[in-house]
Amino acid sequence: MATVTTSAPTRRPAAKKSADRGSGMRGTVSKNWFGGALSWVWLLIVLVPIYWIIITSFKQQSDYFSTNPLAPPTAPTLSNYLMVVQSDFPRYFVNSVIVTVGSIVPAVLISFLAAFAIVRGRGWLLKATNSLFLMGLAIPLQATIIPVYLIIIRLGLYDTLGAIILPSIAFAIPLSVLVLSNFIRDVPKELFESMRMDGASDWQTLWQLAFPLTRPALVTVTIYNGLGIWNGFLLPLILTQSPEKRLLPLGLWTFQGQYSVNVPAILASVVLTTLPILVLYVIGRRQLMSGLTAGFSK
Amino acid sequence: MTALAPAALQSAPASSASAGGGSGIRERSLTWMALPALLMFVAFGVIPLIGVLVLSFTTWDGIGEIRPSGLTSWKAVLTDPGLPHALWVTFLVMALTWIVQTPMSILLGAFLAGQQRYRELLAVLYFIPLLLSSAALAITYKALLDPNFGLGAGLHLPFLAQDWLGRPYLAVGVVIFVVSWQFIPFHALIYQGGVRQIPVTMYEAALIDGAGRVRQFFSITLPQLKYTIITSSTLMVVGSLTFFDLIFVLTAGGPGDATRVLALSMYITGFQANLMGPASAIACILVLVGLALALLLRRLGGDATSSQLEGA
Repeated sequence: MATVTTSAPTRRPAAKKSADRGSGMRGTVSKNWFGGALSWVWLLIVLVPIYWIIITSFKQQSDYFSTNPLAPPTAPTLSNYLMVVQSDFPRYFVNSVIVTVGSIVPAVLISFLAAFAIVRGRGWLLKATNSLFLMGLAIPLQATIIPVYLIIIRLGLYDTLGAIILPSIAFAIPLSVLVLSNFIRDVPKELFESMRMDGASDWQTLWQLAFPLTRPALVTVTIYNGLGIWNGFLLPLILTQSPEKRLLPLGLWTFQGQYSVNVPAILASVVLTTLPILVLYVIGRRQLMSGLTAGFSK
Repeated sequence: MTALAPAALQSAPASSASAGGGSGIRERSLTWMALPALLMFVAFGVIPLIGVLVLSFTTWDGIGEIRPSGLTSWKAVLTDPGLPHALWVTFLVMALTWIVQTPMSILLGAFLAGQQRYRELLAVLYFIPLLLSSAALAITYKALLDPNFGLGAGLHLPFLAQDWLGRPYLAVGVVIFVVSWQFIPFHALIYQGGVRQIPVTMYEAALIDGAGRVRQFFSITLPQLKYTIITSSTLMVVGSLTFFDLIFVLTAGGPGDATRVLALSMYITGFQANLMGPASAIACILVLVGLALALLLRRLGGDATSSQLEGA
């Protein structure tokens, strides 16, 4: 991916992209039976639990205890979903949206600014900043939860959504800066220089050149971090306590505690909490895949 | 995340500040740009990191006053027989998740990088487990593996109907499986990106030399993937230190303390037993382990690793 060499990266023109993938699969005429078999087996391993979650969530509780677990429901019902929707889940959902959007937008924005500065600047401060972020990648940031808890209490933010948002932003920075700076580094230097020659300021260069060119990376970083925040468990567990401030993962956990025998209802809540993410994934999938595999798709 | 490789910085050519004056002003405006992220990370990343070290020399119940208490917390933690066990479980989970995930991810990644007919569809479906939260996964597998009402019992498969979460080594096995189930596709995607960067000409040359597919895989694909392996492994290893929520919901560290990893130990000590000092000491150990492993992997990978990050 982002090759950080000084030479121009050897990328083939996009037009030929699908035609020649160096994969070891090319050239050899025989089909790759082993790889094929492996990937179908894995697909089965992935899909069986997912299939089970979905069909079970439409079963009545009596049905669940009496029928074959992999058989479709005899009398499909929406009652489990209704039960979840009528509980406190809508509130948890709103809280999760607020926290995720409220964390991810500032996080990606300030990471993008920092990444641009790190690539374009040369001062010691910027170098030190970059080293600091790189160090942050090697540290399981959850380990800092106790001081974070203390800071949040002292700021008077305990049991607010802001308590989750602030650390979430900070924890998202190191990886975002790394991915974004790798992408910005891939922008041909000549483009930056020619903009400079035209008298553009750094801010103009940032918005008119770097921003559009790094869009795949921005999407990737947004989805990746968004996923982590949406599904995060530790921060809400420690930094909030009242049910009004609960986020979905924690809601799932308490719901499971209350309805431990009603597996179909619990699985309906699992489906409902995953659905918004699934929709986003379907929409942003291509961008995410190209960003993750770092296809520099212009 | 090879991170830790500032080489990336040095190899980036000096941006030509020589092109005219005003570079001092430019540098200043760039520094301003980096400031928000820096401040945010210092406030909630660096200060807490220092804080955790400071707190490990204090006594605090999480609510009342924080009192300096010297080495009391450290003595308590280091003499606690639970610590070696938590370290052992942490490393066991780390090693096993790596051993299970890496070969599988490489093979799947190499396969997906080729031109299979259903590649696109497979990649989409593979990704679904990543969308589920650890809490949701833990809850799902708890129900799925229930010895009385789970999949095994329902299908009358005695092998599947074991008391998975009630036996120490089986419970560890379940954790490994669930982690792999969720993350193998992600790493396969990273490897797919790595394989696609291998120049096609290498394979063509190998073909002319008469090397078969297996031979090609071992003499070209694997060596060429060296840095990708380091990247993926670093993510796996450092990530494994943070399997808190999955284990917390799945087994709560049980049965007994069979799945009580360091991160969980920290939580239980600090937020359930209200011993914030010892919990901070455990957190320090967690940080040290993470740093040591990341440095070790970087040493293995040389300095070029940062150029290999597949945008994980």
